[in-house]
Amino acid sequence: MDIHLVQADGVPVYQQIIRQVKHLISSNRLKVDQELPAIRVLAEQLLVNPNTVARAYRELEVANWIYKRRGAGTFVSGEASPLSKLEQNKIIDEKLSALITEARQMNIPTERLVERLNQLSQSANYTAQDQEV
Amino acid sequence: MQDTNTIIQVNQLSRQFGEQAALDNISFKVKAGQIFGIVGENGAGKTTLIKHILGQYIAEQGSIKVFGKDPVEEPEKVLAKIGYLSEEPDLPAWMTVKEIIKYTAAFYANWDHRYAAELMEVFSLQTNKRIRELSKGQKARVGLVLAQAHRPELLLLDEPSSGLDPNVRRDILGAIIRTVSEEGRSVIFSSHLLEEVERVSDHLMMLDKGKRLLSDSMDNILAHHYRFVISGNNEINTKQLRDDFKNLGLLNSQQLENEWLLNFYGDEQQIEAQLNDNTYPILSKNKLSLSDIFIARTTANKGG
Repeated sequence: MDIHLVQADGVPVYQQIIRQVKHLISSNRLKVDQELPAIRVLAEQLLVNPNTVARAYRELEVANWIYKRRGAGTFVSGEASPLSKLEQNKIIDEKLSALITEARQMNIPTERLVERLNQLSQSANYTAQDQEV
Repeated sequence: MQDTNTIIQVNQLSRQFGEQAALDNISFKVKAGQIFGIVGENGAGKTTLIKHILGQYIAEQGSIKVFGKDPVEEPEKVLAKIGYLSEEPDLPAWMTVKEIIKYTAAFYANWDHRYAAELMEVFSLQTNKRIRELSKGQKARVGLVLAQAHRPELLLLDEPSSGLDPNVRRDILGAIIRTVSEEGRSVIFSSHLLEEVERVSDHLMMLDKGKRLLSDSMDNILAHHYRFVISGNNEINTKQLRDDFKNLGLLNSQQLENEWLLNFYGDEQQIEAQLNDNTYPILSKNKLSLSDIFIARTTANKGG
């Protein structure tokens, strides 16, 4: 499973794992009923505390992104897709509100922000789906 | 990982070296299954503390129990359960890798030869090489084998990563993770490399000049440290801020031209409410990274 941890920005590791698993599911890189790595395997791969991975899996399970099969492992839930749109919005909203705050501090009106956003997304080389969420 | 038994209990431990307080009234507990991180600059007291756990120092003031026993009075019982690796493992230079392994194995009733061989292979250690011929990284790997092959209940690592390349540091972190995940054992890990400690620890203790600045779960530490930036000029001063926010966990404050940086350990909403009550305009609010927390805490300890 392709997960990259960034430590500088103060986002707790378990939240980074949650976010990236959601992103992998939303973007269909993890497919319905696909098995996730075992907790200790992912912990060793990422070199993080096994409890951190366990906590991320627990929260993903509570939110129905993944499910456990007794004695068999952890799998991507089929219910994930309708939720993932909401989740995508949540991720985007979080980034946008940070952007809006920053723009306000620079006295940039929202219209100009929207304008810039349109220009950027229209520019040919910009492929948003390749960006890490 | 679920076990909550206390394996180490330290109560009000103090130690003087001449005029210098190496440890000043330190108390904490380590629970079975935990990865307990200790961070601090050189001279903070990390190694002195670890030497007390190993029974190499007698507690002058306060007490220390390891697996319920006094490590000075019953060293053989305590040390049999500990695997220890220091920054500069003290290995006899003239011995071959094979000899040092055989020699160390003789001290432990439950030495696991197969596990030792497995680790040697993972670390690509050549058994016929002499210790003096090994690089610093390979020496550290030999130290790791020696610290792990009796499958200790507690792996005790004192600045193991200092001056080592990233591959060896990964091996050390891997050993820590394996210790708690495969065997449900505990690790105490001291380091000044904050990002490593943050990755693996579930509990963190911060030492500075022999004092315990902080001891809490890693989650709590990262969740409750905030930096608020407020606008303000010379009407605001450090003393006034301290008075206004002393009950809300203000750690320290710093003026940058007409802005103030305030670092807190407390409740986000309460802090924000109090800032609003005092009509301090909030410019930004962020969670602190572990290295920001470390700097804020050690600065506050200097009286800043």
